[in-house]
Amino acid sequence: MIVAEAKPLEEILDSLKGMSKVLVAGCGGCVAVCLAGGEKEVGIMASALRMKRELAGEPLVTVEETLTRQCDPEYVKELGKKLDGVDCILSMACGVGVQFLAEHYPDMWVVPALNTKFAGATIEHGLWEERCGLCGECVLAQTGGVCPVIRCAKSLLNGPCGGSQNGKCEVKPNACAWQLIYDRMKSLGRLEQLVEVAEAKDWSKSRDGGPRQVVREDVKIDG
Amino acid sequence: MAEEKSKLQRLLEQGEFVVSGEIGPPKSAAGDGVRHHTEELKPYVDAMNLTDNQTAIVRLSSIAAGIHVMAAGGEPIIQMTCRDRNRIALQSDLLGAYSLGVRNVLCLSGDHQSFGNHQAAKNVFDLDSIQLIKTVRDMRDKKAFHSGEAIKKDEPRFFIGAVANPFADPFEFRVLRLEKKIRAGAQFIQTQCIFDMERFEKFMDLARNRGLHEQAYIMAGVMPIKNAKVAKYMQKNVSGMLVPDGIVERLQKAEDQTAEGVQICIEQIQQLKSIPGVRGVHIMAVAWEEIIPTIVKGAGLLPRPQ
Ligand code: SF4
Ligand code: SF4
Repeated sequence: MIVAEAKPLEEILDSLKGMSKVLVAGCGGCVAVCLAGGEKEVGIMASALRMKRELAGEPLVTVEETLTRQCDPEYVKELGKKLDGVDCILSMACGVGVQFLAEHYPDMWVVPALNTKFAGATIEHGLWEERCGLCGECVLAQTGGVCPVIRCAKSLLNGPCGGSQNGKCEVKPNACAWQLIYDRMKSLGRLEQLVEVAEAKDWSKSRDGGPRQVVREDVKIDG
Repeated sequence: MAEEKSKLQRLLEQGEFVVSGEIGPPKSAAGDGVRHHTEELKPYVDAMNLTDNQTAIVRLSSIAAGIHVMAAGGEPIIQMTCRDRNRIALQSDLLGAYSLGVRNVLCLSGDHQSFGNHQAAKNVFDLDSIQLIKTVRDMRDKKAFHSGEAIKKDEPRFFIGAVANPFADPFEFRVLRLEKKIRAGAQFIQTQCIFDMERFEKFMDLARNRGLHEQAYIMAGVMPIKNAKVAKYMQKNVSGMLVPDGIVERLQKAEDQTAEGVQICIEQIQQLKSIPGVRGVHIMAVAWEEIIPTIVKGAGLLPRPQ
C-alpha cells in the first residue's frame, strides 16, 4: 500500500489561512489502513483544526467526508454534494488522491494534509516500512525477493558495499538489504546466481520523463 | 598525451611490490597542499590515491587534485564514486581526466551522504561500482560508451582499480564480490585497512582458491593509528572496519603511543608482504600524510623503483 503520515498541524493550519469552511476529505484506501487518512483520522483532524482556530479567534467550520477511494473518479464525484459554501478541500489521501480531487473540482482550492511516504507495509502495529521503489522493472527474481533498489541505501545491484556489518547497513539503523539477499540466496542454494554481474538498470522505466502510464488495450472498454 | 600505460601498471607488471599512498583533497579551492604532499611523498610511494569527496564531505575534486599531483611530479590514482554522478557525468569525467593525463582510476560505491556535510543531498547511484568498472573497461576495450555508441577516436584507456573490504559482512560474499569486480574489469585491487590479520589471511586463502590473485594485483590497505583513542573510535564508529582489541591494548600500554602506532603499521606491512598474492600495500594516512616516509622506510621498502 501507499504509506503516508500527517503533516505537522501548524503546516496544515498555515495552508488553511483565511478559509472559513473546509471539507476534510478522507480516503478509505491505503491511508485508512496505515491510520493516516481514514474516517477516524478525518474526525480527529477536523476537531483539532476547529479547536486551534477557535483558540486563535478565527473559528472554522468543517465538513467531514470519507470516500471509498480518492483515486477513483466514481467515488470522487460523490464529493460534489458536499461542497456548498466550502472554500477549501483538505485531502487526507495520498498525493494521488489530492490530485484527483484537484482535477475533478477545477474551481476548488485543494491542499494536502498528509506527506505521502512510500510503497510499503505494516511491520508491526505502529511501524510501516518501505518495500518497493516503483522502479518499473522488477529485479526481485534476481535478488531472492528482497528489493535492492529501495532497501539498499545505495540501490546497489551487485552485492553489499563495504559498509555492511553485522547485518546492519552503514546507514543506521537499517538492516543491510544485501545481507538479507545473501542469507536468502544461500539458504535456497542459489548463491552462484549472485556471482553474475547485474547490468545497469534502465532508469527510463522508473521516474524519469514525466508521468508514466500503463496502457492495456485488452481491458479498455471504449472502442 | 602521456604514454599509455601508467607507471603503477608498469611496476605491477614488472612484479615490483608496489606502495601507494593517499591524499585527501582540501575543503578549499587551493591546490598547493596537494602539491606539497606530492613533493613530500613521491620518493616514498609509487602512486597516490585522491579521494572523491570522502565521507560525503565536499572537497576539491579528485580529478583536479590528480592534476596537481601530476604537476608536482607524482602519479595519481583518481577515485571515482557512484554517489554523485550519473553515467553521463561519470563518462564525461573519465574523458576529461584521461585528456589531462590521468591513467589510473579506482571505482567505488562511495560513502552514503548521511555521513557528510550535505545530508539533504540526493544520492545518484545510477550505476553501482561494478557497473562503473565495466563501463570504464568497455570504453577502453570495446571503444564504446555505456549506451553502446562507438567512441570514434581517442578512447580513454585507464588502468582500472577497485576496492575490496574483507572486514565487511557477509564475509563469504566478500570474495565473490571481489570476483565480480575482476570479471567486470578491475585490474588492481586496494583493500580496506587491515588490522585483523587472521581474517585477512582467510580472505586471501579464499581468493587464491578461486585464482583471483592471478587475475588482479591485490594491494593490501594499511593505516597507522595515532593513539589508543583513535583506535577505539574506529572500533566503535567506522562501519566495515575491524580493529582487534589486541591493537587497542598494545597502544594503551605503550609509552609513546604514536611511535607504537607507526611500529604496528610497519609490522603489518612486513606480515602482509609475506602473504601469497599480495602485490603491494596501500597506506592510508589521510591528515597524517607526513608519516608515510617513516613507515615506508621502516618497512624496508626503499628505494622505490622508477
Ligand atoms: S525491483 Fe523495482 S519494482 Fe521490484 S520491488 Fe524493487 S523497486 Fe519495486
Ligand atoms: S550496507 Fe548494505 S544496505 Fe547499506 S548501502 Fe551498503 S549494501 Fe546497501
